[in-house]
Amino acid sequence: MAQVERHAYDVVVVGAGGAGLRAAIEAREQGMRTAVICKSLFGKAHTVMAEGGIAASMANVNPHDNWQVHFRDTMRGGKFLNQWRMAELHAREAPDRVWELETWGALFDRTKDGRISQRNFGGHEYPRLAHVGDRTGLELIRTLQQKIVSLQQEDHREHGDYEARLKVFQECTVTRVLKEDEGGGTEESAGRGRGGKVSGVFGYVRESGRFFVIEAPAVVLATGGIGKSFKVTSNSWEYTGDGHALALLAGAPLINMEFVQFHPTGMVWPPSVKGILVTESVRGDGGVLRNSEGKRFMFDYVPDVFKEKYAQSEDEGDRWYEDPDNNRRPPELLPRDEVARAINSEVKAGRGSPHGGVFLDVSTRLSAEVIRRKLPSMHHQFKELADVDITAEAMEVGPTCHYVMGGVDVDPDTAAATGVPGLFAAGEVAGGMHGSNRLGGNSLSDLLVFGRRAGLHAAEYTAGLGGARPAVVEWQVDAAAAEALRPFSAEAETVPDGVPENPYTLHQELQQTMNDLVGIIRRQGEMEEALTRLDALRVRARRAGVEGHRQFNPGWHLAIDLRNMLLVSECVARAALERTESRGGHTRDDHPAMDRRWRKLNLVCELSDPADAFGEVSVGRREMDPIRPDLLALFEKDELLKYLTDEELDR
Amino acid sequence: MSTYTAHFRVWRGDADGGGLRDYRVEVHDGEVVLDIIHRLQATQAGDLAVRWNCKAGKCGSCSAEVNGRPRLMCMTRMSVFGRDETITVTPMRTFPVVRDLVTDVSFNYDKAREVPSFVPPEGVAPGEYRMLQEDVERSQEFRKCIECFLCQDTCHVVRDHEENKKAFAGPRFLMRVAELDMHPLDAAEEQGLDRKRSAQDEHGLGYCNITKCCTEVCPEHIKITDNALIPLKERAVDRKYDPLVWLGDKIRRRT
Repeated sequence: MAQVERHAYDVVVVGAGGAGLRAAIEAREQGMRTAVICKSLFGKAHTVMAEGGIAASMANVNPHDNWQVHFRDTMRGGKFLNQWRMAELHAREAPDRVWELETWGALFDRTKDGRISQRNFGGHEYPRLAHVGDRTGLELIRTLQQKIVSLQQEDHREHGDYEARLKVFQECTVTRVLKEDEGGGTEESAGRGRGGKVSGVFGYVRESGRFFVIEAPAVVLATGGIGKSFKVTSNSWEYTGDGHALALLAGAPLINMEFVQFHPTGMVWPPSVKGILVTESVRGDGGVLRNSEGKRFMFDYVPDVFKEKYAQSEDEGDRWYEDPDNNRRPPELLPRDEVARAINSEVKAGRGSPHGGVFLDVSTRLSAEVIRRKLPSMHHQFKELADVDITAEAMEVGPTCHYVMGGVDVDPDTAAATGVPGLFAAGEVAGGMHGSNRLGGNSLSDLLVFGRRAGLHAAEYTAGLGGARPAVVEWQVDAAAAEALRPFSAEAETVPDGVPENPYTLHQELQQTMNDLVGIIRRQGEMEEALTRLDALRVRARRAGVEGHRQFNPGWHLAIDLRNMLLVSECVARAALERTESRGGHTRDDHPAMDRRWRKLNLVCELSDPADAFGEVSVGRREMDPIRPDLLALFEKDELLKYLTDEELDR
Repeated sequence: MSTYTAHFRVWRGDADGGGLRDYRVEVHDGEVVLDIIHRLQATQAGDLAVRWNCKAGKCGSCSAEVNGRPRLMCMTRMSVFGRDETITVTPMRTFPVVRDLVTDVSFNYDKAREVPSFVPPEGVAPGEYRMLQEDVERSQEFRKCIECFLCQDTCHVVRDHEENKKAFAGPRFLMRVAELDMHPLDAAEEQGLDRKRSAQDEHGLGYCNITKCCTEVCPEHIKITDNALIPLKERAVDRKYDPLVWLGDKIRRRT
């Protein structure tokens, strides 16, 4: 039997970004003994990189804003593929989630009358993003981190132990969600797939390499995204699709995996920083996009569905910043998918910047002093990393893989994963909320709204079980340990050439494949080629080998993460191949139009054989529930005609 | 503007000991020290341990000492060094080594827990907080902190004085006390908590003799000493030596 540390908790949260920490706070406040597991140090999660703000219709800057307008913007941004109930809950609850942060010590930028200031962002009709300069994600993480510390201080006063009811297991990786035995008691008969309840998680401590099991009836996945499967990405190393893969392996389906957001503005030079994010606030605060001819090309790229909502001339667009009631917004503030495609087209047409991007200029639009105050970390980032002074010259920017709209199929109200009782998912790892494309600022609010809901319902689920908690099955623990240790013995001895594969090389090849063949513009032939290459990579990944020992060994960690990246990459490629239309974060060169018949279809990814972690993924189609009539009534009929089929409208 | 081969010396080892190891490694245009460490991992030393995360100076994970100076590796461009220069990368000295460039920074998390949290004002509902921009700006400067712990690493109070660690929170967490003390709506005082005094009495503010080493290494350019520690000292002293406060304390203690 494998050597493992054992712990027991009421609720386990995997991931310590915005969604994970908010879930943990909620579960703990519901009285549950709660564990948080994160791959990095506490407080370093990818959420710190969010810059622009938290979208919430507090109406502090424009009194016309309300949850209905926010809901409408969200549905438009997602091209109506959003799980509408999630979009509704999100729009309704976001303001309370932001205000609550203030009671935990957050310090947002203020309006003149002392309220939380709100800024403009792409796709949002009114200034809506609560922010702190351009480091809002850091403020969010720090506030939640400090709230957790304050709860721990409470426990210390009461129990003499900071970790009595809420413990953060930092620098630990979860490799399996464990499930109860469904009868039979052997590897062949039990637990292999669908139906059984969650019994805990298996993982390893990165520092020591030791294994652990946490027994827990409820597990909240809050692991973020999948960007590390792509070469050019704004995502950190942690974004290896762990939660997506853990759900698949536990028998829970993923939806909408074909929708990957390429943020229009990532750095393009120097090469080592290619992909690092340049916040949308640059445009929200007045920055404009120009091509090599100096033209503001976005005016040529306003799609029909948005024609009435965006300025037709530079003058009108410029006036909007001062007088938004009588002018329309500039097309630089279209949703991200539109802007990213436009930049891609300009570069392809030979009108790009020297390093293969376009120019994003704020230097001729705002004074140096205002730029330094409103965009301090952009100023710092370009100065330090690219030797560019953004108060004096334009930035070079291009699309970068930023966010996956797809994720675990969840119940909109409870965040419970489909098909696996006890499994919950919130934040980027959950699918549905953003439809085919997420609006900027809707991510941080999503984390808070659904993080809280996941924590709440995980707590209720655990409480509802009473004493009848599913037991951890020993063979699953042993199997998980063997799987994690495989890179040390590799399958080297069983393969003909006997050479273990270098996990770093495999990772680079995977990133190149996804970037080139399943990237921002997709074609059938290329995606088929990608699937062939993924097949080959999966075979080679079985013999990914590492040297050294288990103590803080990054080569080993990567070898384990490869399983997850390959699984989610296959989901993305298969779903993208299946959807023969273009919508939001999924653009088909061979099917360039949006097709109303595809609007109500979700593509659902499942593991063909849940027992084979390096196995194939199957894709099925599922119809979405019709949008509730009172929500549909928020839109003009003319607009709905662009998205919904006639039969849907007649109902 | 081209590729060259650099000479790196990287500390390899663990809690039981270790030493500098030499590497020859390729460097390309525009790269930072962390890129080179990653190249070593991918090509020559697959098990070289290093923490990193955002690679954009926002998360504060990749702290180390480059040629003896505490820095974020992701924000240290290779172009600041001569091509012939040997670049030495060692783990932060103030914290115990785990492995290679990774140190045990739990000291900082322990200290974080010792600072009493924000106390929300009574009778102010969520959504009703009103603060002016100029009043939040002071604390906002300190909230820019990415917790890279370079200030903690460089501070001579603890850098070579393990014995001071118990009594001294370090610049980062004294700054946290200052941040809360300057928060326009923090109600600690109403609850009987004097943050200035606790900085002095419980978090070791007196050890700081304002040499500004912390400010010098801060990648966020926070004026830790000038804007957080000195004002905190001044106010702590004001209270301690203010005759009225002294008298008030005496009287209160008697009742």
